[in-house]
Order: sequence, then C-alpha cells, then structure tokens
Amino acid sequence: MAQEQMRPNNQGEIRYLTPLSVDTRKKKYCRFKRSGIKYIDYKDPEFLKKFLNEQGKILPRRITGTSLKFQRRVAKAVKRARHLALLPYVTDLMK
Amino acid sequence: MNKYETVFILTPVLSDDQMKETVEKFKKVLTDNGGTIENEENWGLRKLAYPIENKNTGFYTLIEFNGEPTIVNKLETAFRRDEKVIRFLTFRLDKYAAEYAIKRRAVRKAKQEERAAQEAAAQEAPVVAEEAPKAEEAPAAEA
Repeated sequence: MAQEQMRPNNQGEIRYLTPLSVDTRKKKYCRFKRSGIKYIDYKDPEFLKKFLNEQGKILPRRITGTSLKFQRRVAKAVKRARHLALLPYVTDLMK
Repeated sequence: MNKYETVFILTPVLSDDQMKETVEKFKKVLTDNGGTIENEENWGLRKLAYPIENKNTGFYTLIEFNGEPTIVNKLETAFRRDEKVIRFLTFRLDKYAAEYAIKRRAVRKAKQEERAAQEAAAQEAPVVAEEAPKAEEAPAAEA
C-alpha cells in the first residue's frame, strides 16, 4: 500500500538530489584562429600535451573547441611526435 | 628546391665521436646530392616516451636543409641502411613552417646564450660568495 502512494506523487514532480546544474554554455573558440597560430610544430611536445588527455589520447574537438582545419593539423602533429617518441602512444597519468 | 627538415634518433650506445661521425655522414649525403644545410641542432640524449628496440634513451638530431625532392629518397635509404639510426622523420616545410623554423632558431639561440650567460654568472658567484660573509651567499645563489 505504501508504495502505491509513493509512486503516484513521484510521477508528478521528480525532485533531483542535486539541483540540475545547467552549465552556462561558454562559447568555445578555436585558439589557433584567435591567436593567429598558423603552424603547429610536431617537435615541441609541451604544447601538444594541451591537446591530449591523461592517457595520451587526442582530445575531441567538442572538448577543445578547435576548428576542423586545425584539429586535423594537431592530430597529424601529435602522430608525428608519437612516431619520434616525443609523445607516448598510450600512458597513464602523463600530465 | 624545397625546404625540408629531418629529425633522427641514434642509439645511445654510441660513443660521442661515433655519433658526430654518423651525423657528419648524413650531412655529407645531403651535400653530395646538391642539398644545402640550413641549420643543424642536436638535442643530445633524451628519454624516449616508449622504448624503441628496447632502449629508453636516444640521441636526437635535427637537420634543416634545402634540396630537390629526389634528395629525400637518397637520405632515407641512407637512414635505412645505417643500423645506428633507430628512427627518422623527414618533413617538407611549407610557407608557415619555414617562418616558424626561423623564429624557433632565433628563440633557441637566445635561450642558449641566456643559459651560457647564467652558467658564466654561476661560475663567478661562488668565488664572490667565499669572500663575502654567509648572509651574502643566499642572494648571490638566487640571482
């Protein structure tokens, strides 16, 4: 009996434990267009690490917000750096 | 005449003069085939991000050069023949890459000079510290 009562009013309004945090949509921008960088160097791993996650995988555009043109160049540069063992293919807690 | 840059890694087991000799050998391959070497850097012994041929360090060298496209094949066959080279990558510089390379060279030279200046300063500092009392030494070390 108790359950029935519980269920109908639950259907009515669903209370979340934590307030639904609607994240303010910060407008993402492509850092290369904004800072006018034209060439991404595969030889300096420190800069490329900004585009990798802890496991050394390339971050997707929806996270970094880079434009398609520069995302391809970042990916190519990272793959070249990996070939030259400047960046690992896979690691844990690289940062 | 395109601009190229090549980075190659030599095994760490070599002695210093063997390394210099192999680097000279590759530079000769370039100049023999009508290439001109613009810049040459050696990054020295660096830790590899993952073991190559189960070695964890390698001697990195960068050579920037101009040349005909056919020169790259000759260079790469030379790399493949030499077993001291464990990894190499040749890259054609486009307009922006070339600008960047020139800027990078200037930055590196400035940094090297600055480091050399620091080392020179570091050598002088201890001499001064010995005569001056203990308190003086702390600022000298920090400077």
